[in-house]
Amino acid sequence: MLAPIIHILPLTTIHRERILPMIGHVVARLDQKVTPSDVVAEASLGREHALIDVARVLGVSPEEADKLIKCKVGERLQAGYVVAQRAGLVPVVARVPKDGRVVAVGGGQILMETSGGTYELRAGIPGTVLQLIPDHGAEIVVHGSLIQGVWGNGRVDQGVMLPVLESPGDCLVASQVDVSLRGSILVSGTCEDPKVLQTAGELPLRGLILGSMSSALVPLAMQMRYPILVIDGFGNSPMNSAAFKLLTSSAKREVTVNAEPYDRYTGSHPEVIIPLPISQEPTVAKEVDVFSVGQQVRIYRAPHVGVLGTITNILPGLTILPSGLRAQAAEVRTEEDEKIVIPLTNLEVLG
Amino acid sequence: MPASLVDTESILSVDVGTVATRAILFDVVDGRYRFLASGQAPSTAVAPFKNIGEGVQRAIEQLQMVTGRVLVDEQQRVIIPARDGAGVDAFAVTMSAGPAIKTVVVGLLNDVSLESAQRLARSTYSRVVEVIGLNDRRKAEEQIDGILRHQPDLIVIAGGTDDGASRSVQRITELTGLACYLLPNEKRPAVLYAGNQKIAKMVKDKLGPWTSTLSVSPNIRPSLEVEDLQAAQFTLTQLYAHLRRNRIGGVEDMINLAGGNFLPTCYAYSRMIRFLSEIYDSKKGILGVDLGASAATVAAGFGGLLTLGVHTHLGMGEGLSNLLRYTNLDAIMRWLSLDIPADVIRDYIYNKSIYPASLPASAESLAIEQALARQNLYMAMAATSRDFPASARRPSPDRMPYFEPILASGGALATAPTLGQSLMMLLDGIQPSGVTTFILDQNNLLPALGAAASHNTYLPIQVLESGAFMGLATVVSPLVDARPGVPILRLRLVTKSGGENRLEVKQGALEILPLPSGQSGRLYLQPLHHADVGFGPGRGGEFPVSGTALGVVVDARGRPLQLPVDHIRRRELLKKWSWTLGS
Repeated sequence: MLAPIIHILPLTTIHRERILPMIGHVVARLDQKVTPSDVVAEASLGREHALIDVARVLGVSPEEADKLIKCKVGERLQAGYVVAQRAGLVPVVARVPKDGRVVAVGGGQILMETSGGTYELRAGIPGTVLQLIPDHGAEIVVHGSLIQGVWGNGRVDQGVMLPVLESPGDCLVASQVDVSLRGSILVSGTCEDPKVLQTAGELPLRGLILGSMSSALVPLAMQMRYPILVIDGFGNSPMNSAAFKLLTSSAKREVTVNAEPYDRYTGSHPEVIIPLPISQEPTVAKEVDVFSVGQQVRIYRAPHVGVLGTITNILPGLTILPSGLRAQAAEVRTEEDEKIVIPLTNLEVLG
Repeated sequence: MPASLVDTESILSVDVGTVATRAILFDVVDGRYRFLASGQAPSTAVAPFKNIGEGVQRAIEQLQMVTGRVLVDEQQRVIIPARDGAGVDAFAVTMSAGPAIKTVVVGLLNDVSLESAQRLARSTYSRVVEVIGLNDRRKAEEQIDGILRHQPDLIVIAGGTDDGASRSVQRITELTGLACYLLPNEKRPAVLYAGNQKIAKMVKDKLGPWTSTLSVSPNIRPSLEVEDLQAAQFTLTQLYAHLRRNRIGGVEDMINLAGGNFLPTCYAYSRMIRFLSEIYDSKKGILGVDLGASAATVAAGFGGLLTLGVHTHLGMGEGLSNLLRYTNLDAIMRWLSLDIPADVIRDYIYNKSIYPASLPASAESLAIEQALARQNLYMAMAATSRDFPASARRPSPDRMPYFEPILASGGALATAPTLGQSLMMLLDGIQPSGVTTFILDQNNLLPALGAAASHNTYLPIQVLESGAFMGLATVVSPLVDARPGVPILRLRLVTKSGGENRLEVKQGALEILPLPSGQSGRLYLQPLHHADVGFGPGRGGEFPVSGTALGVVVDARGRPLQLPVDHIRRRELLKKWSWTLGS
């Protein structure tokens, strides 16, 4: 059976494509060193528009209005500018309501982009631009530790990482988040108190990495301006031991938290990247595998969320689970040397 | 040249779901079509594959292992037509995998064209993100910005009866065109125009260049009184294929291989329900409920008239994270027989949306999963029932129409640990009235049959008659205004072998009379206190009944089902009912 892979790796080569959601302009250069906040590509984004119904204002047919319109597509006009005028004893004029750029003219109407913006695509990870993708973005490469999570609030930042946990199950409380931690990225086991997120936002922190988080905090977490990344899932389960070891052993290192949402279709995961110097090129992590004996796996469903173990046997046929369901399953020996039977669909290969 | 499904024998049908891809083989055995076997593999529409081909190939490989029959050649291509005992005569593909299609609905009047257009959008895997109509008080530019903000995959335009309003339709079409024009080329949506046919050509000429594709279907509101979605629903299947082909790898290959016989699963499913409602000689409707990972689909056929509701926010997969926008935790927890804190339920919902393929391994997680299934089914039924035809026979105007039979499929319903659990979820979620038979489609055959139905009418009928579906239970649901504990129905079941079983049922009870599959008998119903079992208040009746896995079940719990407010008593009652059904 095909096995999904989650990356928790001490040293690997990380390739990430950053792609604009629409055609735009790539600003990064080949071989450029980038930080997560550097813009690699941008696209213009028309957010608000104004429609001037010239025909109606002037009281003429759309065809006549088209003849009277004096502006062209692309022109930038200021509020009050007269775009069309009907001659007469008392001339009637059509004016521009707001500053903006003409984007369409026709049918007796003018459409203006009155509040545009530029969509900026940021690198999201620190690294080197390996390849430019014309009109769309760039591929960036970096070497270092990689810890993928399952949920992120869409923010990106980097800073010095400070673990504030002694064991993987420690619950972060607001009193632990004091001013001495300002500007850092905190790591903890779990969090269920909204005050923690609020206090972290007031300092502010540069990021928060949690093994698990109460799902009740999701709406608040989405409002926070610093990245919040959940590694194992929602609830109060301890952080998986591989991520715990890697994060705690990298204390005080500069890390990047890219808390982009998990997207099954694009494969993007929220992730923590700890850039590291290399003496020789590390391997690129595998993206797909097939379940087999000896693989290290993570369990991602209750009652063993975040537990790591090794597949010792893939059971033939269908196995009856404690819930009564029948499924393809494997025997897994956990790090606590306990042997448990888990459906394959609840396992991810650590790689 | 792809084989047509006409006059073919063996048919391989593949269904690409959000979680699983299934390959199903039908062939002629002893002169009649039979479901032979199925193979299953994880779907690969998602990363890292981003191509449905791998999952399809693995599902077919498993089917080959099960049947010992060679279906693909050395290049892993399906052998069509069958030769020398290998391959199949026809190949069909249905698909539900992929994110919900972001849809903007544009029309004129709220309760006319806009309502019909939304109903049309709800007949496929869509999520309506914006509705624009004549009564919309926003300025034109705000409506344009609304479309731009959502960057829709699809815009459905309706409005104007044939030979009716054209200027208003023209105006909304121009507005839509402006928004499409402003979108970058690669983000331009597909457009379905299903309004006044008099200006269809103008719409196509004006709007066409600014869309990824534009299709015109017959007017869904040819007159104010008439709504006809059927032709537009078919056109929508073509747009669905277009959208999926552009976004998901491997779809193009499957469409080519299937000779264009590629349909959204919900469409193929509903086509089968419509087809059955035409051929079944029943005054009741036929109901199909499919609770899948991508959506909860409810299809009801009433003498060839179809009502279809595809609710992507009520699927059991990744859409679950949005479920709490439409319901609350109390509504879900009312179905739990275990004392599980609300936080745990919410965490479960979020975790399941991240891992839609995962299974509930513990008793507690199964209880949550089944509570979610009940609530999603209940909401999907409530939403779809608003569209059931007024002419459908029902006990009273505010009640669900009578159905016979009710077909059920989808992981949570069809693969529950016990059949009693399957039936409990169905009874709580649907809450039927009168007498009905529940049938489980454990192999997910309905979409496959629906894909073949229009080309080969023998296949679905013969497969249905072959016993490929499981008869779950014959359910009698009396309606009466009586206090709990008051006797409301006397039953007598006389089996063909001469056995007799009697039962007096009290209001509020759930009872069971075994009649195993393979046996048959006659059921005599004598309502008390003017209870209505489908023959009218107080009227009794008798009818032949076939054996099913659970036999005859009497659900006298009342409609709508009122659960005790007291948590402890409610949980005890839920346990008792489950125990009655052998859960």
